[in-house]
Amino acid sequence: MSAPAPPLFSPAAKAVADRLGLKTGRANLDEFAATLEELARVNPDIVVVTSDSRGSGKLAPFGKALPKQIVEVGVAEQNLVGIAAGLAACGKKSFGVSPSCFLTARALEQIKNDVCYSNVPAVLVGISAGVSYGALGSTHHSLHDLAVLRAIHNISIIAPADNWETREAIRFAATASKPVFVRFGKAAMFHLHRPETKFEVGKAIQLREGNDVAFVATGETVIHALLAAGKLAEQGLNCRVLSMHTIKPLDTEAILRAGRECRAVVTVEEHSVHGGLGEACAAILLQAGVNVPFKIAGIPDEETVPGSQADIFRHYGLSMEGLSETAAGLLK
Amino acid sequence: MSGKTLSDRELALKAFHLRRKMLETIFAAGAGHTGGGLSCLDILNVLYNRILNVSPDNFSSPSRDRYVQSKGHAVEALYVVLADRGFFPESELETVCRYQSHFVGHPTRHVPGIEMNTGALGHGLSISVGMALAGKMDGAKYRVFTLLGDGELAEGSNWEAALAAAHYQLDTLTAIIDHNTLQITGCTREVMNNEPLDEKWRAFGWGVKIVNGHDYAALTAALSRPAEAGKPTCVIANTVKGRGVSFMENVARWHHGVPSEAELRQALAELDAAEARFREEKA
Repeated sequence: MSAPAPPLFSPAAKAVADRLGLKTGRANLDEFAATLEELARVNPDIVVVTSDSRGSGKLAPFGKALPKQIVEVGVAEQNLVGIAAGLAACGKKSFGVSPSCFLTARALEQIKNDVCYSNVPAVLVGISAGVSYGALGSTHHSLHDLAVLRAIHNISIIAPADNWETREAIRFAATASKPVFVRFGKAAMFHLHRPETKFEVGKAIQLREGNDVAFVATGETVIHALLAAGKLAEQGLNCRVLSMHTIKPLDTEAILRAGRECRAVVTVEEHSVHGGLGEACAAILLQAGVNVPFKIAGIPDEETVPGSQADIFRHYGLSMEGLSETAAGLLK
Repeated sequence: MSGKTLSDRELALKAFHLRRKMLETIFAAGAGHTGGGLSCLDILNVLYNRILNVSPDNFSSPSRDRYVQSKGHAVEALYVVLADRGFFPESELETVCRYQSHFVGHPTRHVPGIEMNTGALGHGLSISVGMALAGKMDGAKYRVFTLLGDGELAEGSNWEAALAAAHYQLDTLTAIIDHNTLQITGCTREVMNNEPLDEKWRAFGWGVKIVNGHDYAALTAALSRPAEAGKPTCVIANTVKGRGVSFMENVARWHHGVPSEAELRQALAELDAAEARFREEKA
């Protein structure tokens, strides 16, 4: 008989979270659905397009409350994006919602041409991103979405770390005049930010000060980086933690400061090590002549190990334990 | 309803001018989709001069009709029709495919009068479905038209859109198929057969009309109103690829063929002669 899937946060990680005073929130997915419904109630031009994904997108309540503002296309991601583009071209603020693994693969040409190249203000929401689908396997993983969309002109890319960042990202997207892509998962997240924090697209948020190792993390890996920093503090190391919620446009200033002021840099993403945040940071640092011990933490280029999201994180060193070991190793 | 309503005779005379202009544009650009532009030119002529509530004056109005050219490669045909309607000066046609000109080899919104950036086949119908849905949501009356190639119908995304259009009973939506039966590699029937088209579209829940794509009266009747209430309309326009130039008609190599200077002269001479005969016969 197999053991139950391990939790995303080990008991040790939970203890560190406790020590840091972090409180649990809900899944970013739930925050997204609630925020979007709130916005759509006062803006009748907000229209959601779903590919048999209102359930997985937690948008069934939205669909019941605002039936005139949801379009179901069935399992047809290309049509979903094309329709979202057509709606946006005719004055609607469309939100195309689908698992990121399908949205940014199956419908990539529609994103590239109908949304980005045609420059219509559609919002694309990639749910259950990264390895959220865990043991369902690689067909349902999205380890490429940041990479492919970085290479397409005219789209902002946001990977919110916690509920507040998710809320802010959706609010931003709802009034943006240009294309936006937002991706997140479905595990409950910790609240990361103080109430007075300001959200600005393209500006990283510094969660922790320090000049030993800088963790430049994005999306739902930020919490694990923050916990790693908390753990490393026990060893007398002061680590900087940046929540790089916006992958495009990237906060190059924050990255350069981290590279110049810290003894080492670890980037963290629930994404392939190719083409995402890590390689973007490397390109920025190297082209600016900043030479710093550097490691990209992400999912390596191999057949992803089968397992839950928690198993996969642990296996590839993306959990608190793995990240703190990686960071310490750079300082040797 | 468009600002001007031309007679069949006026449309026909305009068509000679448009064909000449299109060939000259392609020659000057050194590139262009000649055959497929000539096959759909009459459809565009009718759309922009009889059917579409679209003009340079109302192009930013939310209540205008929409036209999306899904077969984006026939852009030269669209350029000359838009120039003729006054969306931009005809002199801009000399810049097609030139360095830093917005008049690239497929439609972009940088060109006045163009709604969406098309060219990758199989996108226009979904976009049009979205536009029609927006109109329905707003209780608006505008109609949405899109032109597809028959070779383009191999793209599966078209059929996703076809399902959705019927599902949502989008009777403000009309898809026109430029049924010239040829594509780059040869006859569509031999490359990837998609006949019978009319039965397929009916099976998908569309109202279907079949017309001669070079007959202005027939095109007008087919495009003026939906085929069936509560259904989107598919107008299968039987056309001749390369129509209007004897050595281009039904010849696959003219899909993307730039005429030589001699060929251009011959083509223009043919069109001049055809126009002269037309004026005489229909005087």
